[in-house]
Amino acid sequence: MTDTLLEVSADGGRLKLTGTGAWTAKNARRLEASIAAEAQRGGAINAVNIDMAKIERLDTFGAWLLERLVRSFSARGCATKVEGLNENYRALVDEVHGVKLEKPAAYRPNRIASGLAAIGKSASAATEVFAAFVNMLGAIGIALGRVAAHPRRFRFTSMVHQLDNVGWRGVPIMLLITFLVGCIIAQQGIFHFSKFGADIYVVDMVGILVLRELGVLIVCIMVAGRSGSAYTAELGSMKMREEIDALQTMGFDPIEVLILPRVLALVIGVPILTFMGSLAALYGGGLVCWLYGGIDPDIFLQRLHEAISIDHFEVGIIKAPFMALVIGVVASMEGLNVKGSAESLGLQTTASVVESIFLVIVLDGLFAIFFASIGM
Amino acid sequence: MAVGNGKEIVIAVRDLVVGFGDHIVLDHVDLDVYRGEILGFVGGSGAGKSVLMRTIIGLLPRRAGKIAVLGVDSAAASDAEWTAVERRWGVLFQQGALFSSLSVRENLQFPIREYLELSEELLNELAVAKLEMVGLDASVLDKFPAELSGGMTKRVALARALALDPEIVFLDEPTSGLDPIGAGDFDELIATLQRTLGLTVFMVTHDLDSLHTVCDRIAVLADHKVIAAGTMETMLASEHPWLKAYFRGKRSRAGQAAEAARP
Repeated sequence: MTDTLLEVSADGGRLKLTGTGAWTAKNARRLEASIAAEAQRGGAINAVNIDMAKIERLDTFGAWLLERLVRSFSARGCATKVEGLNENYRALVDEVHGVKLEKPAAYRPNRIASGLAAIGKSASAATEVFAAFVNMLGAIGIALGRVAAHPRRFRFTSMVHQLDNVGWRGVPIMLLITFLVGCIIAQQGIFHFSKFGADIYVVDMVGILVLRELGVLIVCIMVAGRSGSAYTAELGSMKMREEIDALQTMGFDPIEVLILPRVLALVIGVPILTFMGSLAALYGGGLVCWLYGGIDPDIFLQRLHEAISIDHFEVGIIKAPFMALVIGVVASMEGLNVKGSAESLGLQTTASVVESIFLVIVLDGLFAIFFASIGM
Repeated sequence: MAVGNGKEIVIAVRDLVVGFGDHIVLDHVDLDVYRGEILGFVGGSGAGKSVLMRTIIGLLPRRAGKIAVLGVDSAAASDAEWTAVERRWGVLFQQGALFSSLSVRENLQFPIREYLELSEELLNELAVAKLEMVGLDASVLDKFPAELSGGMTKRVALARALALDPEIVFLDEPTSGLDPIGAGDFDELIATLQRTLGLTVFMVTHDLDSLHTVCDRIAVLADHKVIAAGTMETMLASEHPWLKAYFRGKRSRAGQAAEAARP
């Protein structure tokens, strides 16, 4: 279809435009181009007649472009007239005639200024996140206090359900990953230690590293990705569908009903997972020492017994509930921050995982300093 | 194209069977929609009105039967042919189904941008024009769906359904959740747009006022079948028990008029 949509004949100051063909969405692109060309026509024009009698079809797109043509000539001070319009299209053309366009943006922001504004905004957002974290921690503390005073109000079933999701269902993947990490550490240790004949010290390294740091860190990072994100998404979609508002109006405290059981499930589940994960990592380490390093399981166990003490185990396991609390608080806080849109749900879930992993690692650093100074 | 009663049939449903598992929702349903009419589709809650609408627009699979929209049989048509048909209808979902992460402007421009290559300027002007047609103005352009009231959401959703200037519009309970004044305005709007744009409107509704004021014809779904189709007068004259209860019950105008006339 390359037929013309607009025929032009000029007669001195009079311009006669004749519309032909289908002025519809399909032809809107071509029609816009020819209308723009006519509207910019040079020379003195004082009257424009637009003959619409030969139009085959007209829809909103065509009607608007006609209106645009009329407006552009009227703005130049030409007397503009539309003739021969089919009665069927009269209502549509009248409808678009009344359209008031939006005013163009009053000013364009300065690039440097908006760059600085973006930095400022993210800085203030960071402090807001911190405030929200402390707020949520406090709210959970208060809810815990209330529940401790009236233990029958505690949602035990809900907590067990969450514990099932977070703990029990997470066991296989946690065991697999910690086992593999234990294997890799042992392999790397054997490979490098054997260069100066210190193969046997790989047992010390695996034991201390796994019990103090790796077991708990790997499990917490996995839990943040697996359960923290789920908490944020659940709470966020409840927020979007006004379920949380509904709870509030029925006199329930959403923190007590939804968040406390979830956070407690994490605080109970993560130490258990950490314990099991550490065992799996030690097992993996031992297996690699035997198969790859030629260290017999008996020797491995004996050496492990000498290398580690209960202190190492305690250091790891004490950290677990605190890290679980951080994950739970961040996940709940970000969940309640979700606004109305699907996009915001995605953003808050991402933020939840990133922030909780970051805080877990920061917390691990603080614990390292603390344990070093008390000599554990 | 099929013709019935001297009018062109734009949607022809023949012997349609739709079910989920053991549950048959629509059992050999026949329905015609003529060009340029507003068809009100009524039935009890859970009778399957929305199911029929969703089957016609291809969101639900059918067990048996034939659906032809604008003369194209949905089972026989190639993907490309069917996509071409889909471009010629617009759907207003019950909750609006606006894209929550796009602004009103982007929601309205989304289908246009996808199918037509138009300049940014024209896209913006068209968004305003469509909004004004549904009784809103340029001030809501940059709002997000979560910031709109229920009535505004419906209007924006209608504007989006009309974005590509469709020939058929499907409306799923357009006035539900609106106050009577808002619902009346919305009915008025649908009637005006139908006249202006020459639309064929398929409206699933519960609103007796809508049926009285804007619908040219009414089709009734009960007992898994379309039990009646015709004008309001036909419905009022019918002796079918469900129709009597629906159109002449306590909440209907006829019922209220009868109540008022009682000495």
